[in-house]
Amino acid sequence: MAKKKPEKNEEEEPRIGVFVCHCGSNIGGYIDCKTVAEIAKDLPHVVYTQDNLYTCSETGLANIKQGIREHNLNRVVVASCTPRTHEPLFRSCIEEEGLNPYHFQFVNIRDQNTWVHQKEPEKAFVKANELIMMGVAKAERLQALEKIVVDVTSTALVIGGGVAGITAALNLSNQGFETHLIEKEDKLGGRLNELYKIFPKDIEASELLESLKKKVESNSNLKVYTSAEVKTIEGFVGNFEIEIDQAGQIIPLKIGCIVVAVGSSLFTPEGYYGYDGEKRITQSQLEVKLKNDKLDANDVVMIQCVGARIEERKYCSNVCCMSALKNALAIKEKNPDAHITILFRDLFTPGTHYEAYYRRAREAGIVFITYNPDKLPKVEGDTLKVYNEYIGEEMSLPYDLLVLSTPLVANPENKALAQMLKVPLEENGFFLEAHVKLRPMDFATDGVYICGSAKWPVDITESISQGYAAASRASTILSHPQLEVEGATSSLPEYNKSLCTGCEVCISVCPYKAISKNEDDEIVITQVLCKGCGLCGATCTNHAIVIRHFTDDQIMAQIDAFGGIM
Amino acid sequence: MSFEPKILGFLCNWCSYAGADLAGVSRMQYPPNIRVIRVMCSGRVDPAFIFKGFEVGADGVIVMGCHPGDCHYLEGNYEAEKKYDMTEKFLKLIGMDDRIRLEWVSASEGARYAQVVTEFTEKIKSLGPAPTAGDNPDQEILSKLRAIKMAAAGDRMRALVGRERHITEIENVYGEKTDLDRFMEVMDDAIVQEYERARVFLAIEEKSKSVKEIGKELDMDPSVVLEHMLILKSRLLVDFQEIVGNTPLFMRL
Repeated sequence: MAKKKPEKNEEEEPRIGVFVCHCGSNIGGYIDCKTVAEIAKDLPHVVYTQDNLYTCSETGLANIKQGIREHNLNRVVVASCTPRTHEPLFRSCIEEEGLNPYHFQFVNIRDQNTWVHQKEPEKAFVKANELIMMGVAKAERLQALEKIVVDVTSTALVIGGGVAGITAALNLSNQGFETHLIEKEDKLGGRLNELYKIFPKDIEASELLESLKKKVESNSNLKVYTSAEVKTIEGFVGNFEIEIDQAGQIIPLKIGCIVVAVGSSLFTPEGYYGYDGEKRITQSQLEVKLKNDKLDANDVVMIQCVGARIEERKYCSNVCCMSALKNALAIKEKNPDAHITILFRDLFTPGTHYEAYYRRAREAGIVFITYNPDKLPKVEGDTLKVYNEYIGEEMSLPYDLLVLSTPLVANPENKALAQMLKVPLEENGFFLEAHVKLRPMDFATDGVYICGSAKWPVDITESISQGYAAASRASTILSHPQLEVEGATSSLPEYNKSLCTGCEVCISVCPYKAISKNEDDEIVITQVLCKGCGLCGATCTNHAIVIRHFTDDQIMAQIDAFGGIM
Repeated sequence: MSFEPKILGFLCNWCSYAGADLAGVSRMQYPPNIRVIRVMCSGRVDPAFIFKGFEVGADGVIVMGCHPGDCHYLEGNYEAEKKYDMTEKFLKLIGMDDRIRLEWVSASEGARYAQVVTEFTEKIKSLGPAPTAGDNPDQEILSKLRAIKMAAAGDRMRALVGRERHITEIENVYGEKTDLDRFMEVMDDAIVQEYERARVFLAIEEKSKSVKEIGKELDMDPSVVLEHMLILKSRLLVDFQEIVGNTPLFMRL
């Protein structure tokens, strides 16, 4: 980067230079750019104008610099293509000449003018002049801004030591970031501790867990806290101050990024199908039996969607179809003569692997019968009655073991953690990502990421993928010693503080939780969290908040210029 | 010569401005009447910008943002919609609500941008010049427009529109969620009250007047004028000036 010259004085009279680009014939072929530049000379505070064949070329940029030097310009307007592609170039050009990069204003006379009014060049000419007038009106009022730079602590905290959390923590620590992994239980592993086998490869869950634990133990960058919970979270991206409570002992940590991997909870199907935990059990209780080789049943009936996809819990738990198939096959493996029937509403086995797994189950002789949620199966002693839609009759299925496939549900503790992290939960109490497609591992709050079943129920394979993904997202922050943040943010300037009534509307509309109240009950905008959308300023009940670079004053001046008032 | 409307557009940087650029890249032709002001988010569009646009001679104003659910700033466009809805209600009071529009245009919808601008321009053309625009604007409507601008800028309307989503979709400070219809009743009442109040205030902008005079001037019941005047007084915007005969005159502060 070029050496910075001392910045020109903010208070001095605006001296605006306007550079009109021909863009070859893209603009110049339709309107007379020379005349446009001449007309701009008469605008207030414009001291120099020029037309260039290509303003973005080396010659064009040199012309801007020369103009700044020779005419002592302190504001530059370029009328050419679009700020979306070329604003950074012109900003750095004027910065190299000692101007503040925010003293630059773009006027779009190509993409939104000559290119779209090719058959009406006279009108495009008028439009170009008027757009430049609006641009100059804004340029006159531009204020110098500084990009905000904050230091980043290159440490990570992973909350939750299940398979997703361990994967994320290992990945981060292997990248060289000091990583802290906390687990509320007394041992790592989460759901892996209870599982028997893992589909679709049917490897033992304990095998995977042991190999992960070994990697954790041998990793000097990774510190594990079991029987520990997060107590407080303060600060923001790159600079979180966190206290964790490990069995009564408070441990303070300085953290750059947080990965939430708290997983989910099991649903206990009290009141469903005579659930008793012995003869009528859940899939996860079945897994424990299988794991300990304590299964003694010949006629097994499984019921899918118990407590899921119903009015109070509308979602599909994602893992239960595959779990049922897996456990059914495991029973068959131990006891090939066992009769296994799976009652289902819809069977979801997506993708190449899982569909093949389903075929295997069919081939193994497992019977599948659909049931209608309007005619639920009924338990009558040791028999299950189910209405079979295909034959239009009720069937009786004797069983010695009834297995209920229940959904994973959100942890009840999620609410407290979400409040500490300032991130949202969705209607079922799971954590809600910033955008389901565009930012699936992020929260809207910078520096906090999500993976695994804390977001919605996912299987082991998906948990591992998400663990990597969240770690990768966190490393985009942790890999830099400093974080540069856009200077065009919202602010509550000192001179406006008396206007603030403390109504807190700004706090509620801010999508990034960048606004809060301090101990003195004053509104504080954390610049590093602000993205500059301007919602707070447009909403502020007493016009106290200023949206820098898009101030009311600047936009009103543009509107005035639109009306011909300069 | 046929009427060429002046149209002001507010485009969000991420979706609609990009959509407008794409229309250019694709050389889609549309009428040259629109002048665009780029903002980062459609939620940045203060209702005051729209009223100001009409005040300085716009025949139509269009606001464009990202499609619902696609906002670069997560929820900015939802807030934009609330502000827009209020703006529309205010403009309805002076019969100009058909001169504004809110549209969602994504960065990939160059054709849609061109189509929306074309349609809106055609519509404004068919409506003819705005009564507030041109060389001889209707002073009566212009002064009503100024009253609307003032009313919408007041803390009552801003607090209402700013809290709308929270109160109707989440909860108020007492943990209650308010029915949207009920909220709208409150909003609609407030719009009329604040508009009338602003008219009363602006009536004494240049010269102190009595309640009776104002009532006659604005075609408003004097008791209603007095009610507004007392609220304006409590807001420290007006005060008694002097009593002429038996009639108190009010002045602006």
